[in-house]
Amino acid sequence: MRIAVLAVQGAFIEHEHILQRLGAECVELRKVSDLRGGFDGLILPGGESTVQGKLLRELHMFDALKEMITSGTPVMGTCAGLILLAEHLSNDTNAYFGTLPITVQRNAYGRQLGSFSASAYVQGLPEGGEEFPLEFIRAPYISGIYDDENVTPIVTIPKMPDGSEGQNVVGVRCQNQIGLAFHPELTKDNRCHKMFLDLC
Amino acid sequence: MAAESRWELNKELAQMLKGGVIMDVTTPEQAKIAEEAGACAVMALERIPADIRAAGGVSRMSDPKMIRGIQEAVSIPVMAKCRIGHFAEAQILEAIEIDYIDESEVLSPADDVYHIDKTQFQVPFVCGAKDLGEALRRINEGASMIRTKGEPGTGDVVQAVRHMRKMNSQIAKLVSMREDELFQAAKELMVPYDLVKFVHENGKLPVVNFAAGGVATPADASLMMQLGAEGVFVGSGIFKSGNPQKRANAIVKAVTNYTDAKLIAELSEDLGEAMVGINEQEIQLLMAERGI
Repeated sequence: MRIAVLAVQGAFIEHEHILQRLGAECVELRKVSDLRGGFDGLILPGGESTVQGKLLRELHMFDALKEMITSGTPVMGTCAGLILLAEHLSNDTNAYFGTLPITVQRNAYGRQLGSFSASAYVQGLPEGGEEFPLEFIRAPYISGIYDDENVTPIVTIPKMPDGSEGQNVVGVRCQNQIGLAFHPELTKDNRCHKMFLDLC
Repeated sequence: MAAESRWELNKELAQMLKGGVIMDVTTPEQAKIAEEAGACAVMALERIPADIRAAGGVSRMSDPKMIRGIQEAVSIPVMAKCRIGHFAEAQILEAIEIDYIDESEVLSPADDVYHIDKTQFQVPFVCGAKDLGEALRRINEGASMIRTKGEPGTGDVVQAVRHMRKMNSQIAKLVSMREDELFQAAKELMVPYDLVKFVHENGKLPVVNFAAGGVATPADASLMMQLGAEGVFVGSGIFKSGNPQKRANAIVKAVTNYTDAKLIAELSEDLGEAMVGINEQEIQLLMAERGI
Protein backbone atom coordinates (compact mmCIF):
# COMPACT_ATOMS: atom_id res chain seq x y z
CA MET A 1 0.00 0.00 0.00
CA ARG A 2 1.52 3.32 -1.11
CA ILE A 3 0.03 6.40 0.52
CA ALA A 4 0.79 9.97 -0.57
CA VAL A 5 1.00 12.42 2.35
CA LEU A 6 0.81 16.12 1.56
CA ALA A 7 3.95 17.49 3.24
CA VAL A 8 4.09 21.17 2.29
CA GLN A 9 3.39 22.32 5.87
CA GLY A 10 1.84 21.03 9.08
CA ALA A 11 1.61 17.82 11.09
CA PHE A 12 2.28 15.27 8.34
CA ILE A 13 4.91 13.18 10.17
CA GLU A 14 2.30 12.19 12.76
CA HIS A 15 0.13 10.66 10.01
CA GLU A 16 3.12 8.87 8.51
CA HIS A 17 4.05 7.28 11.84
CA ILE A 18 0.56 5.81 12.27
CA LEU A 19 0.29 4.65 8.65
CA GLN A 20 3.75 3.06 8.74
CA ARG A 21 2.87 1.16 11.92
CA LEU A 22 -0.17 -0.14 10.04
CA GLY A 23 2.12 -1.41 7.29
CA ALA A 24 1.63 1.29 4.64
CA GLU A 25 4.45 2.93 2.69
CA CYS A 26 4.32 6.76 2.81
CA VAL A 27 5.51 9.19 0.15
CA GLU A 28 5.83 12.86 1.14
CA LEU A 29 4.48 15.31 -1.42
CA ARG A 30 6.55 18.50 -1.34
CA LYS A 31 6.87 19.28 -5.05
CA VAL A 32 5.49 18.17 -8.38
CA SER A 33 8.17 15.54 -9.03
CA ASP A 34 7.03 13.71 -5.87
CA LEU A 35 3.78 12.87 -7.68
CA ARG A 36 5.47 10.26 -9.87
CA GLY A 37 4.21 6.73 -9.48
CA GLY A 38 0.74 5.65 -8.45
CA PHE A 39 -0.78 6.07 -5.03
CA ASP A 40 -3.41 3.99 -3.28
CA GLY A 41 -4.53 6.88 -1.08
CA LEU A 42 -3.92 10.50 -0.13
CA ILE A 43 -3.63 12.17 3.28
CA LEU A 44 -4.24 15.91 3.72
CA PRO A 45 -2.88 16.69 7.19
CA GLY A 46 -3.52 19.40 9.76
CA GLY A 47 -1.63 22.66 9.56
CA GLU A 48 -2.57 26.07 8.22
CA SER A 49 -4.94 25.75 5.27
CA THR A 50 -3.94 29.16 3.85
CA VAL A 51 -0.30 28.01 3.65
CA GLN A 52 -1.08 24.55 2.30
CA GLY A 53 -3.54 25.87 -0.29
CA LYS A 54 -1.09 28.45 -1.54
CA LEU A 55 1.85 26.03 -1.73
CA LEU A 56 -0.27 23.36 -3.47
CA ARG A 57 -0.87 25.80 -6.28
CA GLU A 58 2.54 27.46 -6.41
CA LEU A 59 4.40 24.16 -6.28
CA HIS A 60 2.15 22.95 -9.13
CA MET A 61 0.55 19.98 -7.39
CA PHE A 62 -3.01 21.29 -7.19
CA ASP A 63 -4.47 20.02 -10.47
CA ALA A 64 -2.93 16.57 -10.28
CA LEU A 65 -4.16 16.02 -6.72
CA LYS A 66 -7.64 17.30 -7.52
CA GLU A 67 -7.74 14.88 -10.45
CA MET A 68 -6.65 12.06 -8.13
CA ILE A 69 -9.50 12.82 -5.72
CA THR A 70 -12.21 13.23 -8.37
CA SER A 71 -11.13 10.05 -10.10
CA GLY A 72 -11.77 8.10 -6.90
CA THR A 73 -8.48 7.79 -5.01
CA PRO A 74 -9.32 7.49 -1.30
CA VAL A 75 -8.46 10.65 0.61
CA MET A 76 -8.57 11.54 4.30
CA GLY A 77 -8.33 15.21 5.29
CA THR A 78 -7.91 16.27 8.91
CA CYS A 79 -8.56 19.83 10.11
CA ALA A 80 -6.78 21.95 7.48
CA GLY A 81 -7.20 18.94 5.17
CA LEU A 82 -10.97 19.11 5.68
CA ILE A 83 -10.85 22.79 4.70
CA LEU A 84 -8.92 21.91 1.52
CA LEU A 85 -11.61 19.39 0.55
CA ALA A 86 -14.66 21.58 1.27
CA GLU A 87 -16.67 23.05 -1.59
CA HIS A 88 -17.43 26.22 0.40
CA LEU A 89 -15.90 28.05 3.34
CA SER A 90 -18.39 30.17 5.23
CA ASN A 91 -15.92 32.75 6.51
CA ASP A 92 -13.23 32.78 3.84
CA THR A 93 -13.40 33.69 0.16
CA ASN A 94 -10.86 30.99 -0.70
CA ALA A 95 -11.82 27.47 -1.65
CA TYR A 96 -9.39 24.75 -2.60
CA PHE A 97 -10.14 21.29 -4.04
CA GLY A 98 -13.87 21.75 -3.46
CA THR A 99 -14.52 18.05 -3.97
CA LEU A 100 -16.57 17.53 -0.79
CA PRO A 101 -20.10 19.03 -1.08
CA ILE A 102 -20.11 20.68 2.34
CA THR A 103 -19.64 24.11 3.90
CA VAL A 104 -16.90 24.43 6.47
CA GLN A 105 -16.36 27.27 8.90
CA ARG A 106 -12.71 27.96 9.68
CA ASN A 107 -11.57 28.58 13.27
CA ALA A 108 -15.15 27.84 14.28
CA TYR A 109 -14.40 27.68 18.00
CA GLY A 110 -12.30 30.85 17.98
CA ARG A 111 -8.65 31.26 18.88
CA GLN A 112 -6.37 28.84 20.74
CA LEU A 113 -8.25 29.43 24.02
CA GLY A 114 -11.22 27.76 22.30
CA SER A 115 -9.27 24.57 21.48
CA PHE A 116 -10.59 21.52 23.34
CA SER A 117 -10.67 17.72 23.63
CA ALA A 118 -13.74 15.51 23.50
CA SER A 119 -14.66 11.97 22.58
CA ALA A 120 -17.47 10.49 20.50
CA TYR A 121 -18.46 7.47 18.46
CA VAL A 122 -17.20 7.51 14.88
CA GLN A 123 -19.45 5.67 12.47
CA GLY A 124 -17.74 3.07 10.31
CA LEU A 125 -14.64 2.46 12.40
CA PRO A 126 -13.22 -1.05 12.32
CA GLU A 127 -13.33 -2.58 15.81
CA GLY A 128 -16.08 0.07 16.35
CA GLY A 129 -17.22 -0.08 19.94
CA GLU A 130 -15.39 2.52 21.94
CA GLU A 131 -15.51 6.30 21.64
CA PHE A 132 -12.71 7.93 19.67
CA PRO A 133 -10.56 10.68 21.27
CA LEU A 134 -11.11 13.97 19.44
CA GLU A 135 -8.60 16.84 19.56
CA PHE A 136 -9.85 20.18 18.23
CA ILE A 137 -7.06 22.72 17.62
CA ARG A 138 -8.36 26.08 16.36
CA ALA A 139 -10.66 23.68 14.59
CA PRO A 140 -13.15 24.10 11.77
CA TYR A 141 -16.60 22.53 11.82
CA ILE A 142 -19.03 21.41 9.15
CA SER A 143 -21.85 23.93 9.00
CA GLY A 144 -23.67 22.63 5.95
CA ILE A 145 -24.07 19.51 3.80
CA TYR A 146 -25.36 19.86 0.22
CA ASP A 147 -25.58 16.32 -0.98
CA ASP A 148 -27.47 14.35 1.66
CA GLU A 149 -27.51 11.28 -0.52
CA ASN A 150 -23.75 10.90 -0.72
CA VAL A 151 -22.44 12.74 2.31
CA THR A 152 -22.83 10.87 5.60
CA PRO A 153 -22.08 12.57 8.91
CA ILE A 154 -19.91 10.05 10.78
CA VAL A 155 -19.08 12.02 13.95
CA THR A 156 -21.09 14.58 15.87
CA ILE A 157 -20.41 16.25 19.19
CA PRO A 158 -22.99 17.98 21.40
CA LYS A 159 -21.07 21.27 21.63
CA MET A 160 -21.81 24.01 19.11
CA PRO A 161 -19.24 26.70 18.33
CA ASP A 162 -21.30 29.31 20.19
CA GLY A 163 -21.36 27.11 23.29
CA SER A 164 -25.02 26.10 22.92
CA GLU A 165 -26.13 22.49 22.78
CA GLY A 166 -26.88 20.86 19.46
CA GLN A 167 -25.61 18.20 17.11
CA ASN A 168 -22.44 19.57 15.64
CA VAL A 169 -21.03 17.60 12.68
CA VAL A 170 -17.23 17.23 12.89
CA GLY A 171 -16.65 14.35 10.47
CA VAL A 172 -18.15 13.21 7.18
CA ARG A 173 -17.71 10.49 4.62
CA CYS A 174 -18.55 10.96 0.94
CA GLN A 175 -17.66 7.99 -1.25
CA ASN A 176 -13.83 8.02 -1.44
CA GLN A 177 -13.46 11.07 0.82
CA ILE A 178 -13.21 11.25 4.61
CA GLY A 179 -13.19 14.75 6.11
CA LEU A 180 -12.50 15.22 9.84
CA ALA A 181 -12.37 18.47 11.83
CA PHE A 182 -10.25 16.79 14.52
CA HIS A 183 -6.82 15.15 14.59
CA PRO A 184 -6.72 11.33 14.78
CA GLU A 185 -2.98 11.62 14.02
CA LEU A 186 -2.39 13.20 17.44
CA THR A 187 -3.87 10.26 19.35
CA LYS A 188 -2.74 6.72 20.04
CA ASP A 189 -5.98 5.38 18.53
CA ASN A 190 -5.29 4.22 14.96
CA ARG A 191 -8.86 3.21 14.01
CA CYS A 192 -9.54 6.23 11.75
CA HIS A 193 -6.38 5.41 9.80
CA LYS A 194 -7.42 1.76 9.60
CA MET A 195 -10.81 2.86 8.23
CA PHE A 196 -8.97 4.96 5.62
CA LEU A 197 -6.59 2.15 4.66
CA ASP A 198 -9.57 -0.20 4.27
CA LEU A 199 -10.75 2.08 1.45
CA CYS A 200 -7.36 2.02 -0.28
CA MET B 1 -9.76 22.49 32.13
CA ALA B 2 -7.01 20.38 33.67
CA ALA B 3 -3.56 21.92 33.24
CA GLU B 4 -2.15 18.74 31.70
CA SER B 5 -4.77 18.58 28.96
CA ARG B 6 -4.39 22.32 28.26
CA TRP B 7 -0.64 21.77 27.84
CA GLU B 8 -1.34 18.94 25.40
CA LEU B 9 -3.68 21.13 23.31
CA ASN B 10 -1.11 23.93 23.33
CA LYS B 11 1.71 21.59 22.33
CA GLU B 12 -0.51 20.32 19.51
CA LEU B 13 -1.01 23.83 18.10
CA ALA B 14 2.77 24.04 17.78
CA GLN B 15 2.70 20.72 15.91
CA MET B 16 0.31 22.29 13.40
CA LEU B 17 2.80 25.12 12.80
CA LYS B 18 5.60 22.73 11.84
CA GLY B 19 7.18 23.10 8.43
CA GLY B 20 6.10 26.71 8.46
CA VAL B 21 7.44 30.24 8.83
CA ILE B 22 6.38 32.61 11.61
CA MET B 23 6.96 36.24 10.64
CA ASP B 24 7.38 39.39 12.75
CA VAL B 25 4.90 42.09 11.74
CA THR B 26 4.28 45.57 13.10
CA THR B 27 1.08 46.60 11.28
CA PRO B 28 -2.11 44.95 9.97
CA GLU B 29 -0.84 45.65 6.42
CA GLN B 30 2.38 43.74 7.08
CA ALA B 31 0.34 40.95 8.67
CA LYS B 32 -1.74 40.66 5.48
CA ILE B 33 1.42 40.55 3.37
CA ALA B 34 2.83 37.82 5.63
CA GLU B 35 -0.36 35.75 5.48
CA GLU B 36 -0.55 36.06 1.71
CA ALA B 37 3.10 35.06 1.41
CA GLY B 38 2.35 31.85 3.32
CA ALA B 39 3.26 32.60 6.95
CA CYS B 40 1.79 29.92 9.24
CA ALA B 41 1.54 32.49 12.05
CA VAL B 42 2.56 36.08 12.72
CA MET B 43 4.31 37.67 15.68
CA ALA B 44 2.71 41.04 16.43
CA LEU B 45 5.14 43.59 17.84
CA GLU B 46 5.61 47.35 17.77
CA ARG B 47 9.19 47.29 16.69
CA ILE B 48 11.09 44.50 15.04
CA PRO B 49 14.26 43.40 16.84
CA ALA B 50 16.62 45.34 14.54
CA ASP B 51 14.81 48.57 15.44
CA ILE B 52 14.67 47.68 19.14
CA ARG B 53 18.40 47.23 18.97
CA ALA B 54 18.88 50.56 17.18
CA ALA B 55 16.54 52.47 19.49
CA GLY B 56 17.98 51.18 22.76
CA GLY B 57 16.15 51.85 26.04
CA VAL B 58 13.58 49.61 27.69
CA SER B 59 11.55 47.48 25.34
CA ARG B 60 8.13 46.26 26.54
CA MET B 61 5.02 44.35 25.48
CA SER B 62 3.25 45.96 22.51
CA ASP B 63 0.09 48.07 22.73
CA PRO B 64 -2.88 45.64 22.96
CA LYS B 65 -4.78 47.77 20.47
CA MET B 66 -2.07 47.28 17.90
CA ILE B 67 -2.10 43.52 18.56
CA ARG B 68 -5.90 43.42 18.22
CA GLY B 69 -5.64 45.20 14.88
CA ILE B 70 -3.40 42.40 13.64
CA GLN B 71 -5.71 39.71 15.10
CA GLU B 72 -8.55 41.21 13.09
CA ALA B 73 -6.50 41.45 9.90
CA VAL B 74 -5.54 37.77 9.56
CA SER B 75 -7.03 34.29 10.04
CA ILE B 76 -3.77 32.55 10.99
CA PRO B 77 -2.54 32.33 14.62
CA VAL B 78 -1.22 35.56 16.13
CA MET B 79 1.61 35.52 18.66
CA ALA B 80 2.93 38.38 20.79
CA LYS B 81 5.89 38.91 23.08
CA CYS B 82 6.05 39.65 26.78
CA ARG B 83 9.16 40.36 28.82
CA ILE B 84 10.94 37.50 30.59
CA GLY B 85 9.33 37.08 34.01
CA HIS B 86 6.62 39.70 33.38
CA PHE B 87 3.57 37.59 34.20
CA ALA B 88 1.29 40.64 34.27
CA GLU B 89 2.09 41.37 30.62
CA ALA B 90 1.36 37.71 29.91
CA GLN B 91 -1.99 37.99 31.71
CA ILE B 92 -2.88 40.93 29.47
CA LEU B 93 -1.96 38.96 26.35
CA GLU B 94 -4.08 36.07 27.58
CA ALA B 95 -6.98 38.47 28.21
CA ILE B 96 -6.93 39.54 24.55
CA GLU B 97 -6.90 35.86 23.53
CA ILE B 98 -3.53 35.75 21.89
CA ASP B 99 -2.79 32.37 20.29
CA TYR B 100 0.81 32.09 21.58
CA ILE B 101 2.88 34.16 23.99
CA ASP B 102 6.61 34.49 23.33
CA GLU B 103 8.36 35.08 26.67
CA SER B 104 11.16 36.77 24.85
CA GLU B 105 14.71 37.91 25.42
CA VAL B 106 14.17 40.43 22.60
CA LEU B 107 12.34 42.63 25.10
CA SER B 108 14.04 43.96 28.25
CA PRO B 109 13.81 41.31 30.97
CA ALA B 110 11.45 42.23 33.82
CA ASP B 111 12.86 39.66 36.24
CA ASP B 112 16.51 38.64 36.37
CA VAL B 113 15.86 35.49 38.40
CA TYR B 114 12.47 33.99 37.63
CA HIS B 115 10.78 33.14 34.37
CA ILE B 116 6.98 33.14 34.23
CA ASP B 117 5.22 30.13 35.77
CA LYS B 118 3.60 29.22 32.49
CA THR B 119 1.61 26.37 34.01
CA GLN B 120 -0.75 29.00 35.44
CA PHE B 121 -1.91 30.05 31.98
CA GLN B 122 -4.43 28.63 29.52
CA VAL B 123 -2.72 30.13 26.47
CA PRO B 124 0.49 28.56 25.16
CA PHE B 125 4.03 29.89 25.53
CA VAL B 126 7.06 29.65 23.28
CA CYS B 127 10.46 30.35 24.85
CA GLY B 128 13.98 30.75 23.53
CA ALA B 129 16.85 28.44 24.46
CA LYS B 130 20.59 28.34 23.80
CA ASP B 131 21.04 24.75 24.93
CA LEU B 132 19.19 21.67 26.11
CA GLY B 133 19.19 22.70 29.78
CA GLU B 134 17.46 26.00 29.04
CA ALA B 135 14.97 24.29 26.74
CA LEU B 136 14.01 21.69 29.35
CA ARG B 137 13.81 24.30 32.14
CA ARG B 138 11.37 26.33 30.04
CA ILE B 139 9.33 23.20 29.28
CA ASN B 140 9.26 22.37 32.98
CA GLU B 141 7.88 25.88 33.61
CA GLY B 142 5.10 25.12 31.12
CA ALA B 143 6.38 26.21 27.69
CA SER B 144 4.74 24.18 24.93
CA MET B 145 7.12 25.21 22.14
CA ILE B 146 10.84 26.04 22.03
CA ARG B 147 12.89 28.12 19.62
CA THR B 148 16.59 28.79 19.45
CA LYS B 149 17.47 32.22 20.76
CA GLY B 150 19.87 33.02 17.98
CA GLU B 151 20.76 36.68 18.01
CA PRO B 152 17.67 38.69 17.11
CA GLY B 153 17.80 41.74 14.89
CA THR B 154 21.24 41.04 13.46
CA GLY B 155 20.61 39.12 10.25
CA ASP B 156 23.52 36.95 11.42
CA VAL B 157 22.59 33.27 11.64
CA VAL B 158 25.70 32.11 13.50
CA GLN B 159 24.13 32.04 16.96
CA ALA B 160 21.00 30.21 15.87
CA VAL B 161 23.29 27.60 14.30
CA ARG B 162 25.36 27.39 17.47
CA HIS B 163 22.26 26.95 19.66
CA MET B 164 20.69 24.33 17.40
CA ARG B 165 23.93 22.33 17.15
CA LYS B 166 24.47 22.52 20.89
CA MET B 167 20.96 21.21 21.56
CA ASN B 168 21.38 18.44 19.00
CA SER B 169 24.68 17.27 20.44
CA GLN B 170 23.35 17.34 24.01
CA ILE B 171 20.30 15.33 22.92
CA ALA B 172 22.54 12.80 21.16
CA LYS B 173 24.64 12.50 24.31
CA LEU B 174 21.60 11.81 26.49
CA VAL B 175 20.36 9.19 24.04
CA SER B 176 23.71 7.38 24.20
CA MET B 177 23.84 7.30 28.00
CA ARG B 178 23.19 4.32 30.24
CA GLU B 179 19.97 4.70 32.24
CA ASP B 180 21.88 4.92 35.53
CA GLU B 181 23.79 7.94 34.19
CA LEU B 182 20.64 9.99 33.61
CA PHE B 183 20.33 11.10 37.24
CA GLN B 184 23.70 12.82 37.10
CA ALA B 185 22.85 14.27 33.66
CA ALA B 186 19.70 15.81 35.14
CA LYS B 187 21.77 17.37 37.89
CA GLU B 188 24.29 18.81 35.44
CA LEU B 189 21.62 20.18 33.12
CA MET B 190 19.71 21.56 36.15
CA VAL B 191 16.46 20.00 34.95
CA PRO B 192 14.03 17.38 36.30
CA TYR B 193 14.88 13.72 35.79
CA ASP B 194 11.62 12.86 33.97
CA LEU B 195 12.39 15.33 31.16
CA VAL B 196 15.91 13.91 30.80
CA LYS B 197 14.42 10.43 30.63
CA PHE B 198 11.98 11.55 27.92
CA VAL B 199 14.82 12.91 25.77
CA HIS B 200 16.89 9.77 26.40
CA GLU B 201 14.02 7.57 25.20
CA ASN B 202 12.75 9.69 22.31
CA GLY B 203 15.86 11.46 21.01
CA LYS B 204 14.02 14.76 20.84
CA LEU B 205 12.47 17.49 22.94
CA PRO B 206 8.94 16.79 24.21
CA VAL B 207 7.73 19.86 22.28
CA VAL B 208 8.25 21.35 18.83
CA ASN B 209 11.53 23.20 18.28
CA PHE B 210 11.83 26.09 15.79
CA ALA B 211 14.86 28.12 14.70
CA ALA B 212 14.89 31.84 15.44
CA GLY B 213 17.25 34.78 15.56
CA GLY B 214 19.17 35.97 12.52
CA VAL B 215 17.42 34.04 9.73
CA ALA B 216 17.45 36.38 6.71
CA THR B 217 17.58 34.34 3.48
CA PRO B 218 16.04 31.20 1.96
CA ALA B 219 19.47 29.59 2.38
CA ASP B 220 19.48 30.45 6.11
CA ALA B 221 16.06 28.83 6.46
CA SER B 222 17.25 25.72 4.60
CA LEU B 223 20.36 25.54 6.80
CA MET B 224 18.32 25.63 10.00
CA MET B 225 15.84 23.03 8.72
CA GLN B 226 18.68 20.72 7.71
CA LEU B 227 20.12 21.13 11.20
CA GLY B 228 16.87 19.80 12.61
CA ALA B 229 14.62 22.84 13.15
CA GLU B 230 10.95 21.99 12.69
CA GLY B 231 10.14 25.44 11.29
CA VAL B 232 11.55 28.97 11.45
CA PHE B 233 10.81 32.37 12.89
CA VAL B 234 11.86 35.28 10.70
CA GLY B 235 11.98 38.53 12.58
CA SER B 236 13.69 41.53 11.10
CA GLY B 237 14.78 39.57 8.02
CA ILE B 238 11.64 40.15 5.98
CA PHE B 239 10.36 43.65 6.59
CA LYS B 240 13.90 45.07 6.85
CA SER B 241 14.71 43.83 3.35
CA GLY B 242 14.31 45.39 -0.08
CA ASN B 243 11.33 43.33 -1.25
CA PRO B 244 9.51 41.87 1.78
CA GLN B 245 6.77 40.09 -0.19
CA LYS B 246 9.13 38.26 -2.49
CA ARG B 247 11.54 37.36 0.28
CA ALA B 248 8.72 36.07 2.49
CA ASN B 249 7.39 33.91 -0.34
CA ALA B 250 10.85 32.52 -1.04
CA ILE B 251 11.57 31.67 2.60
CA VAL B 252 8.22 29.85 2.92
CA LYS B 253 8.99 27.66 -0.09
CA ALA B 254 12.57 27.09 1.05
CA VAL B 255 11.29 25.72 4.37
CA THR B 256 8.96 23.26 2.61
CA ASN B 257 11.63 22.07 0.18
CA TYR B 258 14.66 22.64 2.37
CA THR B 259 16.77 19.92 0.79
CA ASP B 260 16.08 20.96 -2.81
CA ALA B 261 19.10 23.15 -3.55
CA LYS B 262 18.08 23.67 -7.16
CA LEU B 263 14.72 25.13 -6.14
CA ILE B 264 16.33 27.25 -3.42
CA ALA B 265 18.78 28.58 -6.01
CA GLU B 266 15.82 29.78 -8.08
CA LEU B 267 14.10 31.18 -5.01
CA SER B 268 17.22 33.12 -4.07
CA GLU B 269 17.35 35.01 -7.37
CA ASP B 270 16.55 38.72 -7.48
CA LEU B 271 15.33 38.98 -3.93
CA GLY B 272 16.63 42.52 -3.67
CA GLU B 273 18.69 43.68 -0.77
CA ALA B 274 18.78 41.47 2.32
CA MET B 275 18.70 43.20 5.66
CA VAL B 276 22.05 44.87 6.18
CA GLY B 277 22.88 42.90 9.28
CA ILE B 278 25.46 43.29 11.96
CA ASN B 279 28.08 40.76 12.95
CA GLU B 280 28.01 39.21 16.36
CA GLN B 281 31.35 40.91 17.18
CA GLU B 282 30.00 44.34 16.33
CA ILE B 283 27.05 44.39 18.68
CA GLN B 284 27.01 45.76 22.19
CA LEU B 285 24.01 43.85 23.47
CA LEU B 286 23.74 40.06 23.36
CA MET B 287 20.02 39.44 23.76
CA ALA B 288 20.65 35.69 23.89
CA GLU B 289 22.37 36.16 27.26
CA ARG B 290 19.07 37.24 28.80
CA GLY B 291 17.36 34.51 30.86
CA ILE B 292 19.07 31.17 31.49
